[in-house]
Amino acid sequence: MTLIEAILLTVITASTPLLIAAIGELIAERAGVLNLGVEGMMIMGAAAGIAAAITTGSSAAGVAAAILAGMALAAIFGLLVLGLATNQVAAGLALAIFGLGLSGVLGAPFVGVPRAGIGKIEVPFLSDIPFLGPLLFRQDPFVYASFALVAGVAWFLGRTRAGLVLRACGENAAAAHALGYKVLRIRFLALLFGGACAGLAGAYLSLVLTPFWTSGMTSGRGWIALAIVVFASWMSWRAVAGAYLFGGVTILQLHAQGAGVPIPPQAMAALPYLVTILALVLIMQARGGGSTAPAGLGTPFVPDR
Amino acid sequence: MRLVLEQRGETGLALRMASPLLAVALALASAAVMFAALGADPLVALHAYFLLPLSDSWGLQEVAVKATPLVLISVGLAFCYRAGVWNIGAEGQFLVGALAGAWLAIATHGAAQGPWLLPAMLAAGALGGSAFALIPALLRTRFGASEILTSLMLVYVAELLLDWLVRGPWRDPAGFNMPQTVTFSPAATLPLLAEGGRLNLGTPIALLVVIVAAFVATRTLKGFEIRLLGEAPRAARFAGVDAKRLTWGVFALSGALAGLAGILEVSGTLRQLQPGLSPGYGFTAIIVAFLGRLNPVGCLVAGILLAVTFIGGENAQIMLRLPLDATRVIQGLLLFYVLACDTLLLYRVRLLRSVPA
Amino acid sequence: MPGRVRHLSATMPLLEARRVTRRFGALVANDAVDLAVPGGQAHALLGENGAGKSTLVKILYGLLQPDAGEIAWRGAPVPIPDPRAARALGIGMVFQHFSLFEAMTVAENVALALDVPEPLPRVAERLVAVSRAYGLPLEPQREVWRLSVGERQRVEIVRCLMQDPRLIILDEPTSVLTPQEADGLFATLDHLRAEGRAVLYISHKLEEVRRLCEAATILRNGRVVATCDPRVETAASLARMMVGTDVGAARRNATAEAGPVRLSVHALSLPPPEPHGVGLDGASLELRAGEVLGIAGVAGNGQDVLFAALSGEQAAPAADRIILDGAPIGREDITARRRRGAAFVPEERLGHAAVPRFRLSENALLAGHATEGFAPGGLVRRSRTLDFVDRISAAFDVRKGARDPEARALSGGNLQKFVVGREILRQPRLLVVCQPTWGVDAGAARVIRQAILDLARSGAAVLVISQDLDELLEIADRIAVIFHGRLSAPLTAAQATRERIGLLMGGAAMAEAA
Repeated sequence: MTLIEAILLTVITASTPLLIAAIGELIAERAGVLNLGVEGMMIMGAAAGIAAAITTGSSAAGVAAAILAGMALAAIFGLLVLGLATNQVAAGLALAIFGLGLSGVLGAPFVGVPRAGIGKIEVPFLSDIPFLGPLLFRQDPFVYASFALVAGVAWFLGRTRAGLVLRACGENAAAAHALGYKVLRIRFLALLFGGACAGLAGAYLSLVLTPFWTSGMTSGRGWIALAIVVFASWMSWRAVAGAYLFGGVTILQLHAQGAGVPIPPQAMAALPYLVTILALVLIMQARGGGSTAPAGLGTPFVPDR
Repeated sequence: MRLVLEQRGETGLALRMASPLLAVALALASAAVMFAALGADPLVALHAYFLLPLSDSWGLQEVAVKATPLVLISVGLAFCYRAGVWNIGAEGQFLVGALAGAWLAIATHGAAQGPWLLPAMLAAGALGGSAFALIPALLRTRFGASEILTSLMLVYVAELLLDWLVRGPWRDPAGFNMPQTVTFSPAATLPLLAEGGRLNLGTPIALLVVIVAAFVATRTLKGFEIRLLGEAPRAARFAGVDAKRLTWGVFALSGALAGLAGILEVSGTLRQLQPGLSPGYGFTAIIVAFLGRLNPVGCLVAGILLAVTFIGGENAQIMLRLPLDATRVIQGLLLFYVLACDTLLLYRVRLLRSVPA
Repeated sequence: MPGRVRHLSATMPLLEARRVTRRFGALVANDAVDLAVPGGQAHALLGENGAGKSTLVKILYGLLQPDAGEIAWRGAPVPIPDPRAARALGIGMVFQHFSLFEAMTVAENVALALDVPEPLPRVAERLVAVSRAYGLPLEPQREVWRLSVGERQRVEIVRCLMQDPRLIILDEPTSVLTPQEADGLFATLDHLRAEGRAVLYISHKLEEVRRLCEAATILRNGRVVATCDPRVETAASLARMMVGTDVGAARRNATAEAGPVRLSVHALSLPPPEPHGVGLDGASLELRAGEVLGIAGVAGNGQDVLFAALSGEQAAPAADRIILDGAPIGREDITARRRRGAAFVPEERLGHAAVPRFRLSENALLAGHATEGFAPGGLVRRSRTLDFVDRISAAFDVRKGARDPEARALSGGNLQKFVVGREILRQPRLLVVCQPTWGVDAGAARVIRQAILDLARSGAAVLVISQDLDELLEIADRIAVIFHGRLSAPLTAAQATRERIGLLMGGAAMAEAA
C-alpha cells in the first residue's frame, strides 16, 4: 500500500463520522430546528455503542444501542424545544453538557477495555482494482452507510413529497400549519433522525476508529458537524465536501506531526478547529451576506388554538 | 393526549421566583433516581452532594472559592444572552485570561516584583480574555459567521495553547519535567482572607462585580439597550441602538469577566499554570447564567448552588465511588429543567385529550 | 330545472355554522355564532378588527376547534379536525397573509396543498391548465419570492381551485391589491360563481361587499348582530351595524396654507434589506410644513426602505440626499434626527414600534430616551417614563387594565394609539408614519387620523405611507405613489382619483408621472 493510499484511507475514516452526524443535523435544520447538542448525542452514541457491544459481544447490538441512545437524547431535546417551545440554542447547549456527563457515567465501567474493531467489507472483484479498489470497495460498513445516507437524503429532500413537506416546515411553519401539516410532529421526526445519525457517528468512533472508550472522545466532532451543515449551505452533497475537507485537515496534521514537521504538535492539533472557523468566514463571504439557511431555522413554533 | 401551550397574560413575581426553585427540586429528584441507578443510596448521595459541602468552615470556604469564577463568568454571559449574543466560549476566554495574567508573574519571577504586579496581572487577565472574546465578535459583525460555533472552536484552541505553553516555553525548569509552570511568588499571589482555607481576595471582587452589574442591568440606559437588543432587534434599531457596537461591548465585557476569573483562579487558588486548570467553569457558567434568570444577583445565588455540586461531586466520588461525570449529568439536567420551567412563565401548559378525528 | 336547484340550495345551506362558540382565555372570540351559506352564493362576513371573523374562518377551515356548537355541511353535522378534512369536504381557503413558501417554486407550493400526492411535473401541467381556464397566468417553475403581491394571490387562488372546491373562503383579499387588480379578482369571482361555487368573502371594505355579495353576516364583539342583503343597504348603514354607532370621517379643516419646505429627498437610491426585496431607486419628494403627504402603493414596493431611510434606521449614501429644515441629515442616525424634532411610527406595532414583553413605560423610554429627559446621565428615571405613559393614555384614550402593563396585553387599537400618541405628544416638526391604522378598530382609527390632521394643522409636516387608499384619500393633501422603489410625482387631492392612483400603483404610466 502506498503512502498516498494509506493517507486517503485514513481520511475516509476520519471523515465518515463527521459526514454521518452532519447529514442527520442537516435534516433537522431543514425542518427548522437547530439542535446544537450533536456533540452530546454523538458521545452518548459512542458510550452506549461500546457498552452494548462489550456486554453482548455483538457489534450489531452496539450499533443499535448507539442509534437508540442518540434518538433518546434527541427526543428529550424535542420535548423541550417543540413541546415546551424553549430557546433552541440554550436547550442544545444543555443537551451537549448532559450528553457529555451521562456518557462519562455510562462509560466509566468500560474505560480501557479493548475490543476488536468492526471489520471491512470487501466487494468481490471490484476491490482488486489497483489503487481505487481498496479505497472504494474495501471499507467498513459505516463508510458505505454514510454514502447511502447522503444519497438517500438528497433523494428524499429533492424528489419525494415527504421531503417537500419537511422543507415546507423549515421554510414557514405557520404556512405549513395553515395547510394542515403537523409541523411539530414532522420536526420531532426530523430531530429523531438527526439523533439516530449522531448516535451512529458516535458508534463509529468507539467501535471502529478507536475501538475502546475514553471520556470525551468526540473532542468537538459534533460541533464541527454543525459547522459542516452551514458550510454545505444545507445541501446534502455539499456536506460530503465539507466532511472530507475537515477529515482531510485532521489527517494531514496527524501525518505532519508524524513526519516531524518542526511545528508544535498543539498548533497542528488546533488546525481542524481553526480551519472550521476559517471555513465559516469564507462561506459567509462567498454568500455576500445573503443566507441560504431555511427561513424558519431556530424559530420556535407554537400553533395557536 | 397531547401537550398544549397557551399564552399567559403577565407573569407575577411569585411565579418568576418559583420557576428556578421548581427546576432545582426536579433536578434533585432526577439526581436521586440516577444515584439509585448507580447503586448508591440516594439519600446518602444527596447528602454528600448538597449538604456535606456546607457543613464546615473549610467546606464553606471551598464553596466560595469555586463559586467565584462561576459567578464572575456567568454575570458576563448573562449580559451576552440578554442581548441575544451567544458567547459559549467563556471557557477559552477564562484560559486566555489566566495565561495573560500569569505571563506577567512568570516573566518577572525571581526579578523585581512590586505591589504593582497583582493589579497589573488582573488587568492583563481581563484584557486577555476580552481580546480573545473579540475574535468571535469580529467574525460575527464583520463576516456574519455564527458566534456560537466560532467561540466554541476557540475553546479548543485556547486549551491547546495552554497545553503547549506549560509543556514548552513556560515549563518550570526545576519541575521534574511535569507540565506546569513555576509556583508564583507571594507578590503574584492574591492574599488569603482567612487562615486555614483557600478563601482569597477573588471572592470579594466577584461580589463587587455582581453589585455593579446589577446596577447597570436594572438602572441604566445601557442595561435597557442590552435587553432591548435581545428581545426585539428591530425595535432596538428603532430606538437608535447600534447593534454591532453593543455586540462588541457584551463580548468584550463577558470576555473580560471570564479572563478576570481565570487570573483570579490562577493567582489566588492554584498559584501556577497546569493543563487541567479549569474543571469546565466556562461551560458550567452557562448553566449558572440561565438558572440565575440572566440577572446578576440570580447568578450569585445560582453560582453558589453549582459550586456546591462541584465539591459534592468530589465528595461523592471519594465516599461513594460515584463517577465524577455524574456532576455534569446533574448540571445538564438542571439546565433542562430551568429551560422547561421558563416555559411556565410564558405559557400555561395543558394536557389535552386528542380531538377525535 | 335551474329553478328547482336554486330552491333546494336555498332551503338547505351548503355550509352552516350552528351556535359556534370559541374562547381564548377570558375572551369570547365567537359567541354562539350562526352562519349559513347556500351553494352558489357570494356571502360576506363583515366585522371590525377583533370582531371574531378570523376565528370563525379558522374553525370552518379546521385550524381551530369550537368549544361549543357545530359545523354542518349540506345539512349534516361534520367534524373538521384539520384543513385536510375541510378540503376533502370541498372547502378552499385563500389566506390574507399568504401561506406561501418563498424559497419554493409555484408548482411546489401548489403540490403542498394537494391531498392526493401527484408527481411535480403533473402538478405543473394541471396548474397551467387551471390557471389558463380562469385567466390567472402563472409560471410553475418560478420561485414565489420573485412574484408580485398580485401574482402571489393568484398562486393561492389557483392552489385552491386545483381541489375543485364547492366553497371558497377569501380573507380580506383586496387589502393588498391595486384597484385594477381588485377588479380582476372580482371578475374571477364572478366566473367561480357562474360555475356554481359559493364564496365566503371576508372584508371590511363595504363598497366591495355591496358590489359583490348577495348576503352578509355581520359580527360585532364575537356575536352575530345582523344578517342582511348588502345590495339594499348603504355603506353607512352597514358600517353602523359593524361598529354599533355612527363613525364619521376625520374632520378635515380647510386646507391650511402650506408652509416652507421642511423635508426634501433627492434622488435617493438604496439597496433592498434582503436579497429578495425591493430597494429605493432614485426617489425624490418635497414635504412642506402644515401638509399631509400620502405615499400610496402595494405592499413590497420599497415602503419599508423608504421608512428606514427617512427614520435613519438605514443611512443614505450621502448626507445631502435627505434635507430637514435646510440641514443635510442623510448620514445621521435615528437619535440625531429625533433631536432635530422628527418623529416616526413604523408599520409593525409588535417588535418594531414596541416590544411586546416590555411595559409601556419601557416602550416610552425606547423612543424618547434621547429627547424627553428620561435618562439623564445614562440613568433611567422610571417616574418620568411612567408620567409620560399617563399623559399619552389620557390624551389618546388608551384603554388598559393597569397603569403600566406589558405592551402585549393591549388590544391592537389601543397599542396603536399609544404608539402614535408617544410621537405626537412630543409635538414633532416632522412625523413619518407607516400604516397608521392597519388592523385597528374604527374608533381608534378615527382618533389616530384626527390626531394626524391636527398635528399638521399645528404646523408640522406629516408623511403617511399607507396601502389603504381610502385612508390616504381621507387625510392626505397630496398623494404620491411608490412602485418598485420609485416615487411618482405627487397628485393634489383634486387630481387624485382612485383610477389614476390605482394605475400608478400597478406600475402603469410611471414614465409619464416621473
